[in-house]
Amino acid sequence: MVPFHGWEMPLHYGSQVQEHHAVRRACGLFDVSHMCIVDLAGAGTLDFLRHLTANDPARLRDGQCQYGVLCNEQGGVVDDIIVTRLGGERFRVVSNSATRDKVLAWQERWRPSFRVDFTPRPDLAMVAIQGPGALAVTDRVLPLAARPRVGALRPFHALEEGGWMVSRTGYTGEDGLEIQLPAAGVAALWRQLTGEGAQPAGLGARDTLRLEAGMSLYGSDLDDGHNPLDCGLGWTIAWDPPERDFVGRAALEARRGAAAGVRRIGLLLEGKGVLRDGQTVSLEGRTVGAITSGSYSPTLEQGIALARVSESVPAGGAWTVEIRGRHHPVRVVRPPFVRNGQRAWRDE
Amino acid sequence: MTTPAMTTPDNLKYTREHEWCRPEGAEVVVGVTQYAASQLGDVVFVELPAVGAPVTAGQPFGVVESVKSVSDLFAPVSGTVSAINSTLPDAPEQVNQDPYGEGWMIRIRPVPGDQMTGLLSAADYAALIAG
Repeated sequence: MVPFHGWEMPLHYGSQVQEHHAVRRACGLFDVSHMCIVDLAGAGTLDFLRHLTANDPARLRDGQCQYGVLCNEQGGVVDDIIVTRLGGERFRVVSNSATRDKVLAWQERWRPSFRVDFTPRPDLAMVAIQGPGALAVTDRVLPLAARPRVGALRPFHALEEGGWMVSRTGYTGEDGLEIQLPAAGVAALWRQLTGEGAQPAGLGARDTLRLEAGMSLYGSDLDDGHNPLDCGLGWTIAWDPPERDFVGRAALEARRGAAAGVRRIGLLLEGKGVLRDGQTVSLEGRTVGAITSGSYSPTLEQGIALARVSESVPAGGAWTVEIRGRHHPVRVVRPPFVRNGQRAWRDE
Repeated sequence: MTTPAMTTPDNLKYTREHEWCRPEGAEVVVGVTQYAASQLGDVVFVELPAVGAPVTAGQPFGVVESVKSVSDLFAPVSGTVSAINSTLPDAPEQVNQDPYGEGWMIRIRPVPGDQMTGLLSAADYAALIAG
């Protein structure tokens, strides 16, 4: 167990690598109750969210989820979030635990200009059931009435059922579900899911799975000082309609098309070893950036990393990462590294 | 969650940095303890010195990396590396599965007169990790 932003959380339940493989091959179960959940309602909710997020929640139909980022006025990333349109002007926002105070304060700061009721939901727990077997395992523990609806959920869709929210989302690059429910019921749900064969998985596996999936971790790959274009998240910016004025838009417009910044790349270590956060990335012996998230990929059985490098440098040439004073060859690739259990990276 | 009891074989000597060593003829076999392996988690990479390289008691001779962390390996005695476990690069999980056997790391030919002072007995090491 380790302290994690005010929570006591397991790094692993035995073997991090075994938990990782369980998610890629069968079904893993994560307690992610540390995530920050806020419910929003009121006539101004959609306008409020459209002002705060670089993605556009107006594109959501009822029961749809959307990944996006909150930007500050300089375009830097305040946090990455998932917005779910529960119905009409009722929305739920899930953000990170490390940023809880900052993000709650950020939403409070902008709220007075909009007619929106704002309800943090610390009463809810959250579990993620992930892997190719996740839907089948979950189906066996759901109330009979909910099974057909959950079974019919499409990716990035959600439903409400008796105080629960079930969404077909995750942070692993596998199929799966996330369930938010009153905390009093989570222990029983956990026991039922593990009884059906779901393998409990800790923070360690959560990190290697999301990294293989090419997904960003706030605080490592994303921060207040870098905009989404710097971080490989340009696809989350809804530029249209051009008249929508969201926080950070002017800065992002200025950055768009300018080639003086940085960009995100994926790296594969050619030899044996592990890539780590902070290691220096070089091209032809010249430092061009640094690793923002590095680890070992249990699926590919090699070191992998996300790195931030000068935007202007080419993908070709002799790329290296410095590990303990020596330069080790790496291959520049386009994440994700792994999707649905299979190698998925492509050359840049 | 309970932590399983850690094995500390009586026939080995130990460092405070969680290496074990076992004299065999004119050489000393070196690895990391079961406690160290369990603390590291899944070992995925081991960097060992070349055969013939000198090592100094108390100084790093290599590196072991698990998914979550990097740790130096410390030499229990001074001498020359006479062999390395060449199976570890392809099967680093042996460090977790069999830390006192297949997971051994290097053999050292100690410098003449190294009395292996400063090493712990099994009982003393067991007390150290029991905290």
